[in-house]
Amino acid sequence: MRHFTIALGLVGVLAAGAASAEPKTYQLPDETAEFKQGPGVEAAQDNCMSCHSADYINAQPPKKGRAFWEMEVTKMIHTYKAPIEETDAKAIVDYLEKTY
Amino acid sequence: MFDRRRMLKSAGGMALGFSGLAIAGSPLKAFAAETVTLPFANGERKLVQYPGKRPLIQLTARPPQLETPFSVFDEGVLTPNDAFFVRYHLAGVPLSIDPAAYRIEVKGKVDNPLSLSLDDLKKMDAVELVAVHQCSGNSRGFVDPRVAGGQLANGAMGNAKWKGVPLKAVLDKAGVQAGAVQVSFDGLDKPVIPATPDFVKALEIDHARDGEVMLAYQMNGEDLPWLNGFPVRLVVPGRFGTYWVKHLATITVLDQPFDGFWMKSAYRIPDNDCACVEAGQKPDKTKPIGRFNVRSFVTNVLDGAKMKAGDAELRGIAFDGGTGIKSVETSVDGGKTWAPARLGEDLGKYSFRQWTSKATLPSGEATIMVRATSNGGETQPTSARWNPPGYMRNAVEATRVTAA
Repeated sequence: MRHFTIALGLVGVLAAGAASAEPKTYQLPDETAEFKQGPGVEAAQDNCMSCHSADYINAQPPKKGRAFWEMEVTKMIHTYKAPIEETDAKAIVDYLEKTY
Repeated sequence: MFDRRRMLKSAGGMALGFSGLAIAGSPLKAFAAETVTLPFANGERKLVQYPGKRPLIQLTARPPQLETPFSVFDEGVLTPNDAFFVRYHLAGVPLSIDPAAYRIEVKGKVDNPLSLSLDDLKKMDAVELVAVHQCSGNSRGFVDPRVAGGQLANGAMGNAKWKGVPLKAVLDKAGVQAGAVQVSFDGLDKPVIPATPDFVKALEIDHARDGEVMLAYQMNGEDLPWLNGFPVRLVVPGRFGTYWVKHLATITVLDQPFDGFWMKSAYRIPDNDCACVEAGQKPDKTKPIGRFNVRSFVTNVLDGAKMKAGDAELRGIAFDGGTGIKSVETSVDGGKTWAPARLGEDLGKYSFRQWTSKATLPSGEATIMVRATSNGGETQPTSARWNPPGYMRNAVEATRVTAA
């Protein structure tokens, strides 16, 4: 038993030694949030999700109306430089206004 | 539905409406809690366990934003590393870091540009400081009328013992040149597309050299958790979390004010004494967000709790932006009368200060309130102030209970 414990200890030291010479890595859990279904959902999926998960939208206050979502989509394009076509931008605002 | 009364009712620190997460002693507790419902409209969240973390309230997955369940703040004055909140701005989160190859570059208006390894940092004289870290948008979900942004309850804050090297010592080693006005900080986290403004923050040169701003490599006696900025983050005591750059990579001494997006356009508050405007209005003038305002919370009573009438012990936490807590008062009659609380051990002016208070609860419904005053003379306002980004909420918290 004692022998076994010592052996385990050695393995531990070796593992720690090996780990310190290599990069440490981190794994983020899988993303599960999805956009709500609604007319125009494809435009949101195709554009918004390149940079962030759908929960960014899902968690916003409900029923904020068109001006709220227009401001958000404009912010994504002008401030964060999201490459979204004008027609898509309008489709996304329409979708968000109606669905959220 | 959520009406205004419900909003007010739920504004207390313990106001998390847990669905699935049962009250203590209930058999439901055996089931792993999967969702919680924060007490504002659209407040349903998943509890998700990330490596190195216990299950936390997931606001967003990419980039990750995780909120601390409020019950954690009743566990002790220091917030455990595995429960500490997480907030990234950009989805380019570093997922591989070689501690041996990791360097912090110090450049710009300095005599000796530096490239510091972790070993270099750890060889320098270390300092330790207990300090609260709080997101600018902590409690944004309670802002009324609601505003866009991360919809957080009160769990985007935490208190830790940080160990590291004063930024001043690093700057002195590099030799700051005459004419320096600011210092900017960049971390390893990056935007998804290069055109998105990288997350870079700046401090005034005098602030950067105040001896308190720290390059921290330990938190509560351990390496920093990955998602809290492993291996080194900036700690800016008393200041909102936006300045606490994670995975610190580059320090640049500047002879011009930094004009990047995250200083010039984001994280700005109305430039007036209350950092507030009338609800729905825009401020005429703004300035970068700065120090925490004073806050306090009851941690041992849940909103909606059924309590025994008669003697009750209340406990909780209070903090401010660095003058320390002078007094905490509690009320069990909705704010008509107040009784002084007893302050706990003083861990420093930047720390949570625990408090306890004995109260007598009458039978029936009662509203428990807590109000802190700082050594600087600031007291929490009775009604919440408002600003467009939903920053700096610090109104007196109310917890509704029924006593019998």
